[in-house]
Amino acid sequence: MQQTAVKKRTAKGELSLEARRARTAWLFLAPSLIVVLLVAGYPLYRTIQLSLTQTNLLQFPLKSHFVGLLNYKFLLQDSQWWDSVKNTVIFTVFSVSIETLLGLGIALLVNAKFPGRGAMRTAMLIPWAIPTVVSAQMWRWMYNDVYGVINDLMMKVGLSHKAYAWLANPKLMLPAVISVDVWKTTPFMALLLLAGLQTIPNELYEAGRVDGATPWQNFLRVTLPLLRPALLIALIFRTLDALRVFDVIYVMTGTNPTTMSMAVYSRQQLVDFGALGYGSALSVGIFVIIAIFVVIYVVSLRVEVD
Amino acid sequence: MRRRGVGYWLGNIAFAILVVLVFVYLVFPFFWAISSSLKTQQELFQTPLVYWPPVPQWKNYVQVFTGQPFARNLLNSFIVAGLTTLLALLIGGTAAYALGRIRFRGKRAIFYSILGVSMFPQVAILGGMFVLIRTLHFYNTWWGLIVSYMVFTLPFTVWVLTSFVREIPRELEEAAFVDGATPIQSLTRVLLPVMAPGLVTAGLLAFIQAWNEFLFALTFTVDNHARTVPVAIALFSGASMFELPWAQIMAASVIVTVPLIILVLIFQQRIVAGLTAGAVKG
Repeated sequence: MQQTAVKKRTAKGELSLEARRARTAWLFLAPSLIVVLLVAGYPLYRTIQLSLTQTNLLQFPLKSHFVGLLNYKFLLQDSQWWDSVKNTVIFTVFSVSIETLLGLGIALLVNAKFPGRGAMRTAMLIPWAIPTVVSAQMWRWMYNDVYGVINDLMMKVGLSHKAYAWLANPKLMLPAVISVDVWKTTPFMALLLLAGLQTIPNELYEAGRVDGATPWQNFLRVTLPLLRPALLIALIFRTLDALRVFDVIYVMTGTNPTTMSMAVYSRQQLVDFGALGYGSALSVGIFVIIAIFVVIYVVSLRVEVD
Repeated sequence: MRRRGVGYWLGNIAFAILVVLVFVYLVFPFFWAISSSLKTQQELFQTPLVYWPPVPQWKNYVQVFTGQPFARNLLNSFIVAGLTTLLALLIGGTAAYALGRIRFRGKRAIFYSILGVSMFPQVAILGGMFVLIRTLHFYNTWWGLIVSYMVFTLPFTVWVLTSFVREIPRELEEAAFVDGATPIQSLTRVLLPVMAPGLVTAGLLAFIQAWNEFLFALTFTVDNHARTVPVAIALFSGASMFELPWAQIMAASVIVTVPLIILVLIFQQRIVAGLTAGAVKG
């Protein structure tokens, strides 16, 4: 009896301290929560609401016509939408897998000690730091069919005998855009993987060497399994990013249907055609596709909060 | 001295060649942009290609400022990215303290929600954001961009800062607590100075994100009143409708890239630490 009474008292004392702490926490969180509700919650709610209407973007204040699920019915039959989904998926699969493989290669390379390693790491950050628009413009000029340096270099090295119209030939457009994304993002991928590599203790490799493992066996048995968490996170990170691709495609090939991504198509409907209702339905479509990946992301991350 | 075999030297040479190839791949586009920005119109459209102009010209850099409202675009970018960063640090800093330090119910849910918003596809709220910006009368203004940029900079800042706060030794605050400091005092007097490196890192990353943003800047501005650099570079137009002013576009690209390269050179370690704090440690 006495013991439980003591317990209660201390429990009560802790509770009030806990309550005080909680109050402080919510006070500190309040500004962020309000801003997030305003700039993410409200627009998301309005986007969903607008997707059930027919609304002209150019008339403000807006005049909305409620049409129920008509926009979504149309979306399901819209071949341009499904083409843009297909383009986005192709873009994502190729860019992310090439970036991961190349990034892993570069990370392994830079993990070794060599003179000029510092310069290399700086060079790796630059493509990541510059605006995508700038890198897209730089490559667009390099891809120029007559005065572009890519055709010139390829012919000099002997890789081809004629100049290609990289950004006009329907077969080359998407690969050309993907390669720009690969150039810009591979270094970022490599940096993330490099951070993962550097957490692997050297003794493990030494142990492998003593046991007579070849470098390749060391890579397969030691590096890859230990790198798995970093690799997984980088992979999912990039997948989410690639699924919402807009800048590089919009700058390099505009709204050309051959390369149009989901984001480019949605913005075209919304802004260029002023179809706020249908454009919003497309946005929700993108949201649903990406949300599936976000769930996978958060679950597989299992972030340590405490 | 131990004699090294042919294999050793071959391996080293192959390694060196690989390193050089990767380096060239990473920097060649910049070399080409700089070279193109220093060419005359004639050298630019000449075959065979000129890899480096015999007499480098600065006039493209001058024309970027005289023929285009590029100075205004730069000012817009500086103000928008700067204010976005300050706001995100101010608002996100306190949230990160609560999430990284204080134990309370619902923390996990809040943290995951913020994580979810930071993964938000911007285009998925484009319509709703447009309505918000119009309703607040922020269309075509700096504030329109600053408000909309909060959607990705704030959650990201909270996320990066939380991981920094968690690594600060608890003893520091306990000492302050024993001395009778309130939570706000222990935040401003004890934690803030220790958090400075984290704030620099998170601020830098937020600044770069805001500086580089394109979709919202393209959609929520109509003219150079608030138009930022990425939009200006994407929409660069010359005297003729059919030929883009490539030399000027390259000059503008170099101008935007230089400050970023300087930032990267100075804060290299911090940036990598921030990126990996956000991604690897979660």
